[in-house]
Amino acid sequence: MSSLESKIPQGPLTDKWENHKAALKLVAPNNRSRIEIIVIGTGLAGGSSAATLSELGYKVKAFCFQDSPRRAHSIAAQGGINAAKNYQGDNDSIYRLFYDTIKGGDYRTREANVYRLAEVSANIIDQCVAQGVPFTHDYGGLLDNRSFGGVQVSRTFYAKGQTGQQLLLGCYSAMSRQIGKGRLQMYNRHEMLDLVIIDGKARGIIARNLVTGSVERYAAHAVVIASGGYGNVFFLSTNAMGTNVSAAWKIHKKGAFFANPCYTQIHPTCIPVHGAHQSKLTLMSESLRNDGRIWVPKTIADTVDIREGRKKPGDLPEEARDYYLERRYPSFGNLVPRDVASRAAKERCDAGFGIENNDTKEGVFLDFSSAIQHYGQEKVHELGLHHPDTEEITRLGEKVVKSKYGNLFQMYEKITDQNPYKTPMKIYPAVHYTMGGVWVDYNLMSTIPGCYVIGEANFSDHGANRLGASALMQGLADGYFILPYTIADYLADDIRTGHISTDHPEFEKAERKVKDRLSFFLKNNGNQPVDHFHKALGIVMWNKVGMTRHAEGLQKAIAEIQSIREAFWKDVRVPGQADLLNPELEKAGRVADFLELGELLAMDALERKESCGGHFREESRTEEGEALRDDVHYAHVSAWEYSGDRIAEEIMHKEILNFEFVELKTRSYK
Amino acid sequence: MSINKYLSLTLKIWRQDNPKEAGHFETYVMHDISPENSFLEMLDLLNDQLIRQGKDPVAFDHDCREGICGMCSLYINGEAHGPDRSITTCQLHMRRFRDGETIYIEPWRAKAFPVIKDLVVDRSSFDRIMAAGGFVSVNTSGNTIDGNAIPIPKDDADKAFDAAACIGCGACVATCKNASAMLFVSAKVSQLALLPQGKVEAQRRVLHMVRQMDEEGFGNCTNTGACEVQCPKEISLENIARMNREFLIASLQSED
Amino acid sequence: MGKSAFIHSSVGKKILMASTGFFLMVFLFVHLSVNLFLFVSEKAFNQAAHLMATNPVIQVLQYILATGFIAHIFLGIKLHLENRAARGRVSYTVNKWSAHTPFNARTMIYTGIFVLCFLILHLKNFILPMKISNTQGINDYQLVITLFKNPVYTAIYISAFIVLAIHLSHGFQSAFQSMGARHKRYTLWIQKLGVIYFWLISLGFSAIAFWFFFN
Ligand SMILES: Cc1cc2nc3c(=O)[nH]c(=O)nc-3n(C[C@H](O)[C@H](O)[C@H](O)COP(=O)(O)OP(=O)(O)OC[C@H]3O[C@@H](n4cnc5c(N)ncnc54)[C@H](O)[C@@H]3O)c2cc1C
Ligand code: HEM
Ligand code: HEM
Ligand code: SF4
Ligand code: F3S
Ligand code: FES
Repeated sequence: MSSLESKIPQGPLTDKWENHKAALKLVAPNNRSRIEIIVIGTGLAGGSSAATLSELGYKVKAFCFQDSPRRAHSIAAQGGINAAKNYQGDNDSIYRLFYDTIKGGDYRTREANVYRLAEVSANIIDQCVAQGVPFTHDYGGLLDNRSFGGVQVSRTFYAKGQTGQQLLLGCYSAMSRQIGKGRLQMYNRHEMLDLVIIDGKARGIIARNLVTGSVERYAAHAVVIASGGYGNVFFLSTNAMGTNVSAAWKIHKKGAFFANPCYTQIHPTCIPVHGAHQSKLTLMSESLRNDGRIWVPKTIADTVDIREGRKKPGDLPEEARDYYLERRYPSFGNLVPRDVASRAAKERCDAGFGIENNDTKEGVFLDFSSAIQHYGQEKVHELGLHHPDTEEITRLGEKVVKSKYGNLFQMYEKITDQNPYKTPMKIYPAVHYTMGGVWVDYNLMSTIPGCYVIGEANFSDHGANRLGASALMQGLADGYFILPYTIADYLADDIRTGHISTDHPEFEKAERKVKDRLSFFLKNNGNQPVDHFHKALGIVMWNKVGMTRHAEGLQKAIAEIQSIREAFWKDVRVPGQADLLNPELEKAGRVADFLELGELLAMDALERKESCGGHFREESRTEEGEALRDDVHYAHVSAWEYSGDRIAEEIMHKEILNFEFVELKTRSYK
Repeated sequence: MSINKYLSLTLKIWRQDNPKEAGHFETYVMHDISPENSFLEMLDLLNDQLIRQGKDPVAFDHDCREGICGMCSLYINGEAHGPDRSITTCQLHMRRFRDGETIYIEPWRAKAFPVIKDLVVDRSSFDRIMAAGGFVSVNTSGNTIDGNAIPIPKDDADKAFDAAACIGCGACVATCKNASAMLFVSAKVSQLALLPQGKVEAQRRVLHMVRQMDEEGFGNCTNTGACEVQCPKEISLENIARMNREFLIASLQSED
Repeated sequence: MGKSAFIHSSVGKKILMASTGFFLMVFLFVHLSVNLFLFVSEKAFNQAAHLMATNPVIQVLQYILATGFIAHIFLGIKLHLENRAARGRVSYTVNKWSAHTPFNARTMIYTGIFVLCFLILHLKNFILPMKISNTQGINDYQLVITLFKNPVYTAIYISAFIVLAIHLSHGFQSAFQSMGARHKRYTLWIQKLGVIYFWLISLGFSAIAFWFFFN
C-alpha cells in the first residue's frame, strides 16, 4: 500500500462534485438493511453520519466513550458555523467562502474538497433549522450572522455562545429518532481499541465496554472513524479531557496514512494557565474579537506595574496601550486569523510585555471598554435619551455586550473570579484544533478500503490553518451530505457479502492483542500514574513543537519523547481492575498512543522546513517576522505510513497539491 | 504570585465498587489546595495520591471541564454541582471553600440513575426519553426549505434557545426531592413546541416523552422549584408549566 | 390518550391533584364566608348553615366535596410514596434543603396529613352532632360556641389553621403551575393572590376561634 490516489474528479471546479455524484454507484433501498456500518464517534461528524446512514436504511452501530452521544466534544464549540448564504448582502458567495478557506489554510489543502465544502455549506443551515436548532434570530425573525477572524463578510451563524452544543443536539435528536425506530444501535461508554481488517478490507472493530470492562467484537461492512482531533497530545488544550487520538492511531497502525500531523492550531483567546495542577484550558470564543480589542502596555515599566498590582489596566490611558494587532495588521485588525493573532501575542510576551502575574509572565488583555461605550452611545441614540451620564451609557452598553456574549463572560468570571465588564479579560493562546489527521481521498476513504474518516479526525479541508467556524461546517458536511453518498459507491459491491461473522481469526487476533495490552497495564505495577507521563509529553510538545518550531528543538523533542515513551512502558502504574469501570486504564491506552503520535508530529514538523499556517518554522520567516511559505518544495500533503514499532521509521508519502483555480499568494492581513 | 491561602480539607467521598454493592463513605484529608484550582483538579490531586499509595482512585464523570458537556455530576455538601450557582461541578473553584472545611461528595441519587461506580451514575434514561420523541421528524437529506423561509419572532427564538441550553446533566433530578425529571424533559418539549418546525408533532412528542419519563422511574413533580435553583443552565420552571399545558391539551385532543 | 393513561401519568396525576386542590380551595373560601355569619348574628349563621344543609344543590355538592377530599388525599399519599421510591435505594447523607427546596414545598404531605387529622376531628365535632342535633334541638351556632369554650379544641383548631396556611402557601401557586398557568407577568400576581388567600383563610378561621374563645 503506497500509492496516494486522491480521486479528485476532473472538470471545472464548480462541476466536480455534481459530476462525481452522478458517477457514484448506489445501493438500492431494499439492499441497505443487509449492510452494516460502524461509526466511531458521535460528534457533529459521527452523529450526523450515523443519523443519515440509518435514515437511508443501513444498519448502523455507533460508538462513543462518553455516557451519551450528546456529550461529544463538538458541544464545546461556542462561536459559530459558516455558510455561504449571503443573507447579510455583503457580497458573500460559495466562491468567496472557498477562497477564504483556501487562503486561510495557507494553500495547503485541496481545492476540490474545499469547494465542495463551500457548496454544501448552505444546506447545512437549512437542515439544522428544520431540525429545530435554535439559531439566534434578529428582530425581523430572520437568522442573524456575525463575523469571524480572517474574513471580511458576516457569514457565521450562531446560537448565542453555544453553537456546537445546539448543532450537536440537532444531530443527537436525529440520532435519537433513529434509535427510537430501532435502526441505529447506540453503544455509549464503549471505546474502540482496534480495527479489524479481513482480506484487506475494514470489517469490524474491537471495543471495550467501559462499564463492564468486557472486550467485545463488532463486525460491519464498513467502518467510519469520526473520533475528533488529537490536541490533547499537548496535555493542556481546550479539548475535553477524554479527547484522544486512539481510534485514528489504531487505524494508522493498520495501514491508514496519517497526514500533516504537525498542523496544529493554537487559538489566540484562551484563559491563561493559572498554575500547577491545571488540567485543561478554556477557550474564550473567537467571536469576542468582534468587539474586544487586544492590547498590552507600551512600556515594560507599566507592564511590571500591572503585573504586580500597582496599576490597574484601566489606569493606562489610550496612548500607553499597544493595540498590537491593530498596529501590525490595520486592514484586519483584531480579526486576523488565529495563527497570526497567536504568534503576535507570543511575540509581545516573549518581548516582556506579558501581563499575567505568575511564573509564565504570559497573557494579553482583551478589552471591551471601547465596545461598551460604543454600544452605549448607540443605545442612547436609539432610545432618544438627551442627557445621559457616563454611567447610563456604560450600563446600556454593558447590556448590549451581555446580550451578545453573556454566557462567555459568565464563564470567564466563574473561572477567574474577575468581572470582564469592568476589567479587561486576560487571554493567551492555547492548543485548540488539529488540522492534520488521517489521510483520506475525495470520497473520505482512508488508505484502508472500507475505512472512512470524517470530521476533525481526517486531514481534509483546512490545510495548515483553520478559519473560525469552519470545523462545525466540515463535520456536518462530511456526515450529512458527503459520506452518505460516497460510502454507497464502496458498499455497492458488498450487497452480496452477507452478514460478517465475528468468529474470523482476524477478530480473534485483534482481540487478543487488545486484551494483552490491557493486562500489561494492570500488571506493570510501576511508580508513576499515567498523567505524569502525559504532562511530561505535554511540556515537550508545547515548548518545542508549539507555536514556533526550529530544527534543533524538534530534534531534541523527538529524542525526549522517545525517552518519555520508554519510561512510560517501564514505570507506568495503572490501578484497579479490567472488569470494572476504570478511568485510569482508559487513560493509559490513550496516552500510550499520544506518546507515539507526539513523535510523528515532531518528525513532520521537522520535515516541513517552511512556515505555513499554524506551522511556524523560525528558520523560515520574512524580515518583518511573518511566516514564509515555500511553495516550490512544500506544496504537498505529507502522508505518513506506519512501518513497525519504531515511529522514526515511518515512511512519508507526498500528495502534490495542484492549484488549478486559485493563485498561490503570500497571505497578508496587513 | 498573588498571595494564595492554601486550603486543608477533609473529604468524605462515597465509594461503591459496582451497582450491586452497598457503598460507604471514605474519609480523605487534603492539604495545600490552591483556591485557584477547580474542584475536579482537586479530585485529580487526590487520585494522584491514591494511585501512588497503591489505592483505587475515585471514579467520577467529567469530560469538557468547561461547563458544557453535562458529564460532571457531583452532589457536594448537599447541593447538586456544589454551593455556587449557575455552574456545573467542573466550573466550581476551590475559592468557594473555607480552610478546614469538611466536604461531602455523593453521586446523583435517583432510582433512574443507578450508580455504576463511586460517583459515576448511569443517565441513559435521559437518552431513552429523547429517543421517545425529543426530535423533529425531518430527514437529514438537506432538501428542506430555506433557513430563512420561516421567520421566527425573536422572543420565541430566544425562549427556545434558553430551553435548549439544557446540557442533560441531571442535576435537576439529583436535587429534586422527588427525583423528578420534569425540568429536563420540559426543556426539550418547550424548545420544540416554541418553534414552528417542532409544532407539527408537538402533541405526540409531549405524550411520548412523558410516558417514557414515567417508565424510567423518575418521580412526580410537586413544583418545589429546587431544580431551577440548581440547574447550571438556569432552565426556567416556565418550561414545566408549558409542558403541563401541552400535556393537558394533547391528552384532551388526542384520539387514541 | 386513554383516560387511564392520563390518570397514571405523572403529569396527569399532578393535574388531578391541582384540580382537586382548586376545588378544595373554593370550598374553603365558601366555608369561611358562611362561617363569617357567626359574627353577624346567631340567626344569620343558622340560616346560612341551614341553607347549606338543606339546599339540594349543596347536598349534591357534598358528595362531590367528599370525593374531592378523598381523591386529593389518596393522590397526595400515592405521589408521596412514589416519590420516595424514586430516590432509589440510598438517599443523600447530606442534603442542604435550605439551599434549594422551600420548607412549605417540602412538607406538603405532613401539613396535608395534619389537616386530614384535623378534618376527622372537625367532622366529629360538627357533622356527627348535627346529624343528631335536629332531634335534640341544639343549633349550629351553639355548637360552635360550645366548642371554642374549650381551650384544647381552640388550640388544636388554631394550629390546624396555621398548618393549613403553610399547605396553601405552596399549594396555591403550585396548583396554577400544575395546570400550566404561568406567565412572566401574571405569575407574580398569582403569587401575590396566593399570599392574600392563605392569610385570609387562616386569619379568617382563627378570628372565629379566638373571638368565641374570649367571648
Ligand atoms: C473549545 C472549542 C471551541 C470550538 N469552537 C468552534 C467554533 O466556534 N466553530 C467551529 O467551526 N469549530 C469550533 N471548534 C472545533 C470543532 O468543535 C471540532 O473540530 C469539531 O466539533 C469536531 O467534531 P468531530 O465530530 O470531528 O469530533 P468530536 O465532536 O470531538 O467527537 C469525537 C467523538 O468520538 C468519540 N470517540 C473518540 N475516540 C473514540 C474511541 N476510541 N472509541 C469510541 N468513540 C470514540 C467520542 O466519544 C466523540 O463522540 C471548537 C473546538 C473547541 C475545542
Ligand atoms: C382543605 C384542605 C386542603 C386544601 C385546600 C388543599 C390544597 C392543596 C393544593 C392547592 C395543592 C397543590 C396542588 C398542585 O400543586 O397541583 C395541594 C397539594 C397537596 N396536598 Fe392538599 N389540600 C388540602 C388538604 C390536604 C390533605 C387532607 C392532604 C392529606 C394527605 C393533602 C395532601 C397534599 C399533598 C401531598 C399535596 C402534593 C404536593 C404538591 O403537589 O405540591 N392536602 N393541596
Ligand atoms: C373556625 C373554623 C371553622 C368552623 C367554625 C367550622 C364550622 C363548621 C360547621 C358548623 C360545619 C357543619 C355545618 C354545615 O354542614 O354547614 C362544618 C363543616 C365542615 N367543615 Fe368546618 N369549620 C371551620 C373550619 C374548617 C376548616 C379549616 C376546614 C378544612 C380544612 C373545614 C372543613 C369542613 C368540612 C369538610 C365540613 C363538612 C362539609 C359539609 O358537610 O358541608 N372546616 N364546619
Ligand atoms: S435542566 Fe438543567 S439541571 Fe436538568 S439536565 Fe438540563 S441543564 Fe442539567
Ligand atoms: S425540583 Fe422537582 S418537584 Fe418539580 S419543580 Fe423541580 S421537578
Ligand atoms: S465536565 Fe463537561 S460540564 Fe463539567
